Amino acid sequence: MIGEGIQSTNQRKHSYVQDRVEVGFFTDPSVCIGCKACEVACKEWNQVPDDGFTWSGNSYDNTGHLGASTWRHVMFLEQDRQKGNQVTGPMGLPNPQSDLFAAGSAEAEDPFRWVFLSDVCKHCEEAGCLEACPTGSIVRTEVGSVLVQNDVCNGCGYCVVSCPFGVIDRRPEPLHDAGGAFKCTFCYDRQKSGLVPACAKVCPTESIVFGRLDDLRARGAERVQQLQQSGYSDAQLYNPTETSVGGIHAFFLILGEPEAYGLPPKPQIPTIYLKSAWTSAFATAIASIIATLVAFAFFS
Amino acid sequence: MTNEPQSEKRLEELREQAWKDGVVPGKGVDVAGGPIPRKPGYYGQAVVKPPVWTWQVPLYFFMGGIAGMSAVLASGAVLFHQVDLARAAMWVAVIAGAILSPILLIMDLGRPRLFLNMLRVFKHRSAMSMGAWILSLFGACVVPGLIALELHAQHIFGGTFDQLLRVAAGIFIFGSAIFGTLLATYTGVLLGATAIPAWFLHRTLLPIHFGTAGLGSAAALLELLGHRIPALNFLGFYAAGVESALLIWLSVDKHNAADRAIHEHGSGWLIRIGEVLSGPLAFVLRLFGLIPFAAISFLIGSLVSRFGWIVVGKVSGSDPEAVFASQQR
Ligand code: SF4
Ligand code: SF4
Repeated sequence: MIGEGIQSTNQRKHSYVQDRVEVGFFTDPSVCIGCKACEVACKEWNQVPDDGFTWSGNSYDNTGHLGASTWRHVMFLEQDRQKGNQVTGPMGLPNPQSDLFAAGSAEAEDPFRWVFLSDVCKHCEEAGCLEACPTGSIVRTEVGSVLVQNDVCNGCGYCVVSCPFGVIDRRPEPLHDAGGAFKCTFCYDRQKSGLVPACAKVCPTESIVFGRLDDLRARGAERVQQLQQSGYSDAQLYNPTETSVGGIHAFFLILGEPEAYGLPPKPQIPTIYLKSAWTSAFATAIASIIATLVAFAFFS
Repeated sequence: MTNEPQSEKRLEELREQAWKDGVVPGKGVDVAGGPIPRKPGYYGQAVVKPPVWTWQVPLYFFMGGIAGMSAVLASGAVLFHQVDLARAAMWVAVIAGAILSPILLIMDLGRPRLFLNMLRVFKHRSAMSMGAWILSLFGACVVPGLIALELHAQHIFGGTFDQLLRVAAGIFIFGSAIFGTLLATYTGVLLGATAIPAWFLHRTLLPIHFGTAGLGSAAALLELLGHRIPALNFLGFYAAGVESALLIWLSVDKHNAADRAIHEHGSGWLIRIGEVLSGPLAFVLRLFGLIPFAAISFLIGSLVSRFGWIVVGKVSGSDPEAVFASQQR
C-alpha cells in the first residue's frame, strides 16, 4: 500500500463542497521524488493544452514556471547545502580516501542537495487576481478556493499583473481556448463530486496532501518539527500570514529560503496600494481643473 | 614543454578554473543550470508575471488622457464663452475618447467579443473595473454633449428647444469633464495597484504623470489644430513644468534594484526620452515662443513615456531581484 492507503485524505471520498468546509493543499518537498505525476494528472484531467517543449537546461525541470497551461510545476533545486543529516562530499569523483566515507561526517566540504517541490496556485486568503478581475470571472468557491470561470473571462490581463505569486496568465494563440486567463481550478469539478484533486490523488509519496485546511495546518506544523528534530534545521513553512495576503490555502514546507523557490518573501495584495494611488489621482484631477480655470480666467 | 603554444596555456587555465570553482562561465555558455544555479531566485525565473499587454494599451492611455482632459478644456471654454474652442475640444474628446479608446481597449482583450462582460459587475477595488465604468460613463456624457453643443451652436432649432439644448450641452459637458479627469488619471492607478515593483513603488507619481500628460497633450493638440490662445499656452507651461518636476522626482526617488527598470536598459531610456521631451524641452521651446514645436515635443514625449511605462512593467516583472528587493525583510 502506498502512503496511508485508503485512510489518506488523498484517497477518500468527501463532501467538503456540500459542507462548505475550507480545504487546501499542503506540499512537502522533503518527500517529493520529482516524478511529475501531479503535472501529468493535472494536464490530463483538466485537458490543459500542450504548450510546447523546451529544453531548459535547468536540472530536470523543463516545465519552467506556472502559467496558463501549467497548473502544477515541479521545481528541481540544486543547492550547495546539506539536506538534513545527509552525508555530502566533493562534487568531483568520489575518493575512497576522503572522509566523505567516514561515518556521520556532516561537515564534509562542497555539500550538495537536490530538492523537488510541486508548485501550484496558492489560493490566497486575500487573492490579488480575484480583487482585480473586472468581469467577476474569478470567484471564491464554497471550499475557499479561487476559481476562474472561463466562459466569463474576456482576457483583459489585469489578474496577470495582480497576482503576487506570478501564477495566473493569459493563454496565447494558437492554443485551445486562447485569450482567456487560466490557472489551477483546485479541481473544483472533481471536488463537487466528492473526488480529490487529481494531483493529490496521484501523488505517490503524499508530498501533496489534500484535506481540511485546519487539519493540514496542524499536519504542516508537526512535519516541520519532525524535520527540525531530525537535522533539517532549515525546514520551515511558507505561508505568508503576516502580510496583506493573509495566508495561503495551498501552502508549502520549504527547506531554506523562499527566494530559492522563486517564492516572494513578503507578498502583498496589490489592493493595499489603491488608497495612495487614488488619492494622487483625485489630487491630479482637482489640480487640472483648477489650472484650466486659472488659464481661462486670467489668460484670455 | 616550455614552448607550449598560447592556446594550450588557455586550456590549462580553463582546467585550473574548473577544478577551483566547479564551473567555467564564458561567452555563449549558460551555466545557470548547474551544477549549482548561479541566477537569482529559481534559475532567474520571473517571480511575478510581466504584463501581457501590447501596443494598444499605452496608445489607449495616451488617447484616454487626451480625450478626458479635452473635456475639461471644453468645460473651461464653455464657462468663458469660447464656443469655437469648446466645439473643437469636444470633437477631440469624442474621437479620442468615445471612438478610439474603446476600440483600442477592446482590441487588447484576449477575447474582444466578451468586452461587455466588463459591465457585469462594479468593483471599486479593481482599477480595471472602475476604468471600464469611467470610460463608459465618459462616452455616455461626451457624445450627447457634443451633439447638443453642435445643434445649439449652429442654431438648428430656435426658441425654447434651443435653450434646452444649451442647458443639456452644459450638463453633459461638465459631466464629461468630471469623468474625463478620472479617465486621464485612473490609468496611473491601474498600473500603481499591481504586483509589478517598478509600478507599485511609483503609484503616487503615476496618476500625476498620466493626468498631467493628458492635460498638456489636450492643450497641445488644440494648439496644433489652430487654437493659439494664451490660456492653452499657460496650460502648456503648467504641464511641461509639472512633467519637469516629475523627472526630478523620478531621479531622486530611486529604489535600487527594485525599480531599476526605470533607470536602466531600453525601458529606462524610453522613460527618460519621454520625460525630457514633455518636460524641460517643451518648457524651453515654449519660453522661446516656439509653440507648435513645444506642442509636438510634448505630444511625442507623453506618447513615448506611456510606452515606456508599459515596457518598464515588462522588464520589472521579469526581474526576480526587483521583486525580492521590493520586499526586503
Ligand atoms: S489541484 Fe487540480 S488543477 Fe490544480 S494542479 Fe492539482 S490537479 Fe491540477
Ligand atoms: S496565487 Fe495568484 S492566481 Fe492564485 S489565488 Fe493567489 S493571486 Fe490568485
